[in-house]
Amino acid sequence: MRKPRWIAAAVMPLALALTIAGCGGGSESGTGGTTGSGDAGKTDGALSAFTTEPENPLIPGNTNEAGGSKVVRALFTGLTRYDPVTGESKNAMAEKIDTTDSKVFKIKIKSGWKFHDGTEVKAKNFVDAWNFTALSTNGQQNASFFEQVQGYSDVHTTDPDGAKGPQKAPDPTAKEMSGLKVVDDYNFEVTLAAPFSVFPLKLGYNPFFPLPDSFFSDQKGFESKPIGNGPFKFVSRKPNAEIVLTRNDDYKGDDGPKFKGLTYKVYESLESAYTAVVSGELDFLETVPPSGIAGGKYKQDLEGRNGSTPYMGNQTLSFPLYDPTYQNADLRKALSLAINRQEIVDKIFDGTRIPADGWVNPAVPGYAPGQCGELCTYNPTKAKEYLTKSGFTGAVKLTTNADGGHKDWMTATCNSIKNALAIECSYEPIPTFAETRQQINARAMKGLFRSGWIADYPSIENFLNQIYRTNASSNDATYSSTKLDELLAKADSAPSVADANKLYQEAERVLAEDMPVIPLWNQTSQYGWSDKLDNVRLSSLRELDLTSVTVKK
Amino acid sequence: MGRYVLRRLLQLIPVFIGTTFLIYWLVWSLPGDPFSGKCGDRPCPDSYIAFMTEKFNLDDPLIVQYGKYMADLLTGDFGETFRGTSVGELIGEAYPNTIRLALVALAIEAVIGLGAGILTGLRGRGFLDNVVLVSTLFLISLPVFVTGFVLQIVLGFELGWIKTTVTASPAPWGQLIVPGFVLGSLSMAYVTRLTRTSIAENKRADFVRTAVAKGLPQRRVVGVHLLRNSAIPVITFLGTDLGALMGGAIVTEGIFNIKGIGNLVYRGILGKDGLIVTGVVTLLVMVYLLSNLLVDLLYAVLDPRIRYD
Repeated sequence: MRKPRWIAAAVMPLALALTIAGCGGGSESGTGGTTGSGDAGKTDGALSAFTTEPENPLIPGNTNEAGGSKVVRALFTGLTRYDPVTGESKNAMAEKIDTTDSKVFKIKIKSGWKFHDGTEVKAKNFVDAWNFTALSTNGQQNASFFEQVQGYSDVHTTDPDGAKGPQKAPDPTAKEMSGLKVVDDYNFEVTLAAPFSVFPLKLGYNPFFPLPDSFFSDQKGFESKPIGNGPFKFVSRKPNAEIVLTRNDDYKGDDGPKFKGLTYKVYESLESAYTAVVSGELDFLETVPPSGIAGGKYKQDLEGRNGSTPYMGNQTLSFPLYDPTYQNADLRKALSLAINRQEIVDKIFDGTRIPADGWVNPAVPGYAPGQCGELCTYNPTKAKEYLTKSGFTGAVKLTTNADGGHKDWMTATCNSIKNALAIECSYEPIPTFAETRQQINARAMKGLFRSGWIADYPSIENFLNQIYRTNASSNDATYSSTKLDELLAKADSAPSVADANKLYQEAERVLAEDMPVIPLWNQTSQYGWSDKLDNVRLSSLRELDLTSVTVKK
Repeated sequence: MGRYVLRRLLQLIPVFIGTTFLIYWLVWSLPGDPFSGKCGDRPCPDSYIAFMTEKFNLDDPLIVQYGKYMADLLTGDFGETFRGTSVGELIGEAYPNTIRLALVALAIEAVIGLGAGILTGLRGRGFLDNVVLVSTLFLISLPVFVTGFVLQIVLGFELGWIKTTVTASPAPWGQLIVPGFVLGSLSMAYVTRLTRTSIAENKRADFVRTAVAKGLPQRRVVGVHLLRNSAIPVITFLGTDLGALMGGAIVTEGIFNIKGIGNLVYRGILGKDGLIVTGVVTLLVMVYLLSNLLVDLLYAVLDPRIRYD
């Protein structure tokens, strides 16, 4: 068989020809949001902000990680919202929230608010949404936020042997919590199982947002095009690439944005997002990557367009209290005293962390200074005293996930312990975050492990109840103290937030007696923006404050 | 020839089933729990895990899970990720980017690599030869992320000639030239060396001497007789390289923010999102198989001595 010669000639440039043929296909699309006829007084313009791909469909009750939360919070407005600077809780959709005993809350919502599909937001929308989130068969991540509501245990059953065990959770005996009652279109009543004065502070968080009627009839449809009642409307979403929102011009709240288009862009890496902000292709990034922090590089790269703000998060080291090695409280105190927090913060973090003086972040309402006292201050002599008292002679291990950039400070902490106490200390990382989490959940950690907390809602309560109460959902250290439990229970049922906070602070001091978790430092976030933006600030929830930011003409 | 192609295409079916099963099995036997890292720094609630386990049939034996997956796949449904996005849609978004990037890289590597290889191969030892040898050695010794960051900083920030990151998806061709160069630079060096050696070898082959003896013009001797026969090892390399360029672009994709399949798979593996990994890798396997088939067919076109019947 003879082959025609022209084929040979055609073969070589095949790839090139394909390339050229496709050239017409490329097009550059700008950031989303068309400039339309906005209300008078509102300036237009569009901006893009960094996000990570949301872990779950954009349903408020199933969203609690940063990537999904910022989108959900732009799409929805709850009964209350948190002040971007002070973190204080203020009424948003709520006209008033009344209670006399911190057990029954009478809530009246403002009338005239509409979902993006035009239906009015009624009391029923709140109650239905809350019941949906709490029902265990719906598998919503934030269900436990309703645990104080009366009737929660009827709708949310627990699996007797954990999710991994062969037994299944029993079917819930009710579909709705008995503590929620719709009075009329604009009034509803929430009854808690026991008094809980901090409850109203939770109401601005994701699971408390209302859901439109269409959600309950067509959940799939809602997931592909979420309908909220917030300052922004959903336009489109490309998975792993971008989520486009536009201003809701019918928004009734007083915290509406001063720009029109908002595009959340997903970047392949934090480094590439940083590069994009520096060159102005991305407008806002709330986390400068470690490579930009080192030596204060970001301050030159982003001259005049960077900021640094503390946010409500802290970094701690937890003891695996199920391990016999760490049973002695004196040993735990000795280790805390042996960590030179200030030096590590200065040398490793370039001063961008605030050494902790307690277990609660200073930006949180209810915080009291110096709760950890001298135990959180570097003091090698005292540390040695405690060590001798404990009679401990072995070696200490620190561990965390290797994929999170924690190696430097972990090693530095280890060295600080080694130098101060003259005992062996080694850093032994676990490859991935998921594996680390798995070992923590299985109570199989062999040494002190990194832990931390970012507030869901601004209250001292959030830093204590969920971490240190016996069997609390995030009690990774398996700490248990009757004294603390009693104080927390007393604080929960205190008549007012101020009284409650005092009791919470007292509970926090119990931690200093037992030292189940060593406070290290409080977090700050370094953020940057492009030349296009003005009035940029980071909110107390570590998100771009959408109410203040403006786009230059 | 037709029967040969048909036979090769039929062979794809068992390979397809085998690879999907292998990948499926491998991903699910990775250590780790898909839901252990999904709820941030706290454990996922039991009700959430129970709900997801039920939804994704994770309680079934592996072979049953695989069966359900294949049944869906045959109807064109790639399934859903744990995030609730459709895998088909993700692949549809990511593949055009990856294919474009791979094609740009392949074109750059073919044009520059072949060009430099032919030049040095024909000229023989000399200044040009040394320059090419040293520069290819240099490229081979540089890791991709070094080339990537250096070009990004120099061309993007210092000179401002290119956009530092790719801004859209599907990626505009123009923005892919530099990433494509970065991705293809290593293979480009290999192509150059392969071509050079092959040409230098064939220059003294019998058929070339015959062609010269027949009195054919130089252009024809080189263009038809020499190049065509020297192209075989290079084409083999380029064919297998296409697959490598598509699957191995994780670093380049990360630096230039290209929404390709490399990172999709990487994240899928980290998050134990088995359906993404299976879907994407299966398609990659298909690309490998098809590009190898194409290469085999090209052999026959290039070298008349090779027949497939």
